[in-house]
Amino acid sequence: MRPFSYTRARTLTDASQTVSDDRAMAIAGGTNLLDLMKLQVETPSQLADINRVGFAEIEDTDDGGLSIGALATNTETAVHPRVRADYPVLSRAILAGATQQLRNKATNGGNLCQRTRCYYFTNIDQPCNKREPGSGCGAIDGIAKLHAILGTSDQCIATYPGDMAVALSALDAQVQIATSDGGSRTVPVRDFHCLPGDTPWRENVLEPGEIITAITLPAPVGGTQLYRKVRERSSYAFALVSVAAIVELEDGRFSRADLAFGGVAHKPWHDPRVADALIGKAPSPELFDRAADILLEDAQGFGENDFKIPLARRTLHAVLEQAVEEAS
Amino acid sequence: MTVHFKQDKPDESNRLDDMRQGVIGKALPRVEGLAKVTGTATYAAEYSIDNCAEGVLVTSTITRGEVTSIDRDAALAMPGVIAVIDDPRLTTRAAQGTADEAPQQKPKTVCYWGQPIALVVAETFEQARDATKHLAIEYRVEEGAPLDPNTVEPEEQEDETVHQGDLAHAMSEATHSVDVTYTTRGHASAAMEPHAAIAQWDGDKLTVYASLQMLNYNISELADALDMEEGDIRLVSRFVGGGFGSKLGISEEAVAASIAAKELGRPVRVVMSRQQVFQCIMRRSETTQRLRLCTDANGTLTGFGHEALVSNLPGEEFAEPVLQSSHFLYGGENRELMLKVARIHRMTAGSVRAPGEAVGMPALEAAMDVLAEEVGIDPVELRLKNIPEKNPEEGLPFSSHKLAECLRQGAEAFGWDRGPRKPRQTREGEWWVGTGMASAARVHNVSEAKARVTLKPDGTALVETDMTDIGTGTYTILSQIAGEMLGLSPDRVLVDLGDTRHPRGPGSGGSWGAASIGSAVYVACQAIREELASRLDVEEAELDLSDGKAGSGESIVDLLDGKDLAREGYYEPGDIADDYTASGFGAFFAQVRVNRFTGEARVDRMLGAFGFGRVLNHKTARSQCLGGITWSIGVALTEALEFDPRDGHLVNPDLAEYHVPVHRDVPDLDVIMVEERDPAASPIQAKGIGELGMCGGAAAIANAIYNASGARVFDFPMTPDRVLAAMPD
Repeated sequence: MRPFSYTRARTLTDASQTVSDDRAMAIAGGTNLLDLMKLQVETPSQLADINRVGFAEIEDTDDGGLSIGALATNTETAVHPRVRADYPVLSRAILAGATQQLRNKATNGGNLCQRTRCYYFTNIDQPCNKREPGSGCGAIDGIAKLHAILGTSDQCIATYPGDMAVALSALDAQVQIATSDGGSRTVPVRDFHCLPGDTPWRENVLEPGEIITAITLPAPVGGTQLYRKVRERSSYAFALVSVAAIVELEDGRFSRADLAFGGVAHKPWHDPRVADALIGKAPSPELFDRAADILLEDAQGFGENDFKIPLARRTLHAVLEQAVEEAS
Repeated sequence: MTVHFKQDKPDESNRLDDMRQGVIGKALPRVEGLAKVTGTATYAAEYSIDNCAEGVLVTSTITRGEVTSIDRDAALAMPGVIAVIDDPRLTTRAAQGTADEAPQQKPKTVCYWGQPIALVVAETFEQARDATKHLAIEYRVEEGAPLDPNTVEPEEQEDETVHQGDLAHAMSEATHSVDVTYTTRGHASAAMEPHAAIAQWDGDKLTVYASLQMLNYNISELADALDMEEGDIRLVSRFVGGGFGSKLGISEEAVAASIAAKELGRPVRVVMSRQQVFQCIMRRSETTQRLRLCTDANGTLTGFGHEALVSNLPGEEFAEPVLQSSHFLYGGENRELMLKVARIHRMTAGSVRAPGEAVGMPALEAAMDVLAEEVGIDPVELRLKNIPEKNPEEGLPFSSHKLAECLRQGAEAFGWDRGPRKPRQTREGEWWVGTGMASAARVHNVSEAKARVTLKPDGTALVETDMTDIGTGTYTILSQIAGEMLGLSPDRVLVDLGDTRHPRGPGSGGSWGAASIGSAVYVACQAIREELASRLDVEEAELDLSDGKAGSGESIVDLLDGKDLAREGYYEPGDIADDYTASGFGAFFAQVRVNRFTGEARVDRMLGAFGFGRVLNHKTARSQCLGGITWSIGVALTEALEFDPRDGHLVNPDLAEYHVPVHRDVPDLDVIMVEERDPAASPIQAKGIGELGMCGGAAAIANAIYNASGARVFDFPMTPDRVLAAMPD
């Protein structure tokens, strides 16, 4: 850990000013940041503690949706009566992540910004283009079991590790961002995270000085909502593959099939063509296979993670089968 | 006064059963439990010592070569930084268990990635840790260090080799045979408390507070490393937050703290980071194991072959003793056993939780399941049929042998269905459900041990030894043994452990602690009883002590005449070890579900039935078994060290990415402890318990995965990718 100065921001403007300096970082729950600071993966010169700036409410929106404060904890969000009633996929996804202790501390805004678990990113004595641009990618010819199969680049094959954002992607939630000039902007969760491309260090669209204030959920979408996480142990493990699904059937045919995938890419993976392939069709294993074909059309393994390609297909089958059963 | 007892013949007297206090075996809670859960038990790093400086180890970023220079100017200019120490006495590996001498030193010679090469000392831990990243270290790299055990010519461990009869011929003539190869991945001990030490000098006398399992050996290892006399060193390890083999030998932080404290003239604390514990201490070697088993038409073994390939660094004597119980568990007159070790430059391989059987038994017992299917016989029956009457290689009798009872009682309690077994018979929703079983075996070890017992005029007793309690219940069982022998409630027995100023115990490791040190306490108490008997003018055998009184009504306190009555017990295993094969035995039964889509395997319920001699405390013994079964789940399903193929560094050195089972992986566990007194195992008829619970359990899970889903997996751990790859459509 490098020495750093710590300030407690009293207002959002305070915080925004502090983090405009690209050597400064905001800290909320700190469940990810502090670990990375100890490892010197993150070396901010200043931390702005934003825990007292507000934005911790979970409240109804005018259009019947729900606004979830960036500084509400994961636990508060997962157990909130409206989240449980109207957005169960979100509640389930949050509860599938980390541990109770971590969820008690972790905030929603921080969770969106959590960094990859790539083994080479977290070891500063190994190459990583994300941590140290131009140093190379240790994972590509290394141990890549956890790594991405979609949207990778020759610079980086890391995954976004979270669960919550996968559900938010399926729900088409919006990220509310306070900008450094005192204004605000809204970015769909589906566009919030970036693919690695030639800039693997850039994981999301936040600009210097910008701070997430809330996540807004649309008016309740109904349907059968599932979150399926395949992992090596039954808790406190990152997803090999996860699927968030919101599915509805009308007259025996899919009328809604909003699906997002975790553990497969540098961002929660949402491919609108998958829903297009399903909607209006009657469920069948052949149909599920066609949807998987589309999803995995460009999938590429790196040896150790080749299994994720069939696993994603099979998990999609499992989720759709369960959703159809529960919806019928 | 020291009383020496060497056990040369079986002891059928079972004296502990004659005593009247009635506390031996009772499920007493741990005496130090309250201190631990309230945070008042002082662990190594927690001693409050004035003016203590903080040291952090510097580790190499190359795999093999020499450190040619360390530019320390930048680091020394940082606030709070006191020194950069690269003394040639710094050790670069942990000592192997019972090594009794310094491990590899010469920190400038790098043999594995992440090896300690220096120590930075500063006023605060954070300053020292940051300064380690500001050293400019130059290396001369030796390229081409072998990293993959399958690419080098391995060395045969000749003392493990058995060629008996003609296995190849037996295999070709047999009615039924299997020839299967399993792999297991490396494991870490993954103790909660990281390795830590505080060193403090008083002139030429050194005191080290450390987290260690075997002080009796550690003191000579440290003395050798520092070129000192043992008498000038005191080691203190009162509480140890888990060892699991990783703290058997002196490790790098204790030596470094001692050197730094001397050089700086002030106390120094060195605590390893979680990542350093994983990368600098011990790994269990990965293994490749070929099993060849063949039987006659009825399923009686005619041939038994077990060959294993393991690895270690050049210069390390330890080779994962994979075949340890394979030598005697089952019969078969044609036998071929061979252990080979490949020299590679991953970190040191050493003792990790039940070295040998933890991985050897799962492979053997998974192969036995394949064999049972081949023969068409119930797997329990196959085991029962092949229990040898005596050690099939050495011809020695068994000291005591409860495998058959464990198999029968376990099967009964589990509700084992002895009907024909076919995979994929039960499906619940997405999950295939099935059962599996396996035998358990773990060799019994004992070691010489000394303990002093003092009966006090206030009616209490004091037990003193440098034995450690690594969370297993040693404090408690010693209070029970002394209480039982001396007629005292255990809460009137103070047990003082973990200090080399006390008589030397054997340390905790290889499951030998309770039987060894318990016997030393027993011997001391027996001598005290004799003295009390003479004061009462009765035979010792007639002495009837309970609740501080003799049977005739005299108070023990009155017999002491205001003075301490102390005896040191010195127990030595003796020649009996050459006359018997002694082992703990058991059986595991598991019900497992396998997801037909994702290949995830989860244990529904699991039972272990064990025979390990006298149970000294039913609660701590059961806890040991539960812990062992939990590790079995880890071996079967989740635990694997992952090494980078290019530089051999451990890529998953923390508890988030190295997957020990979590609560949700561990379902309802049931433990049966079969009544047993082993007369040759120890004077208290007890055998080792701690490790047996993980010696074979992983195979019960593997066999259940097959029975559930039809996936016959040959690689541990059986993660979803591997189960899916083996699952029929």
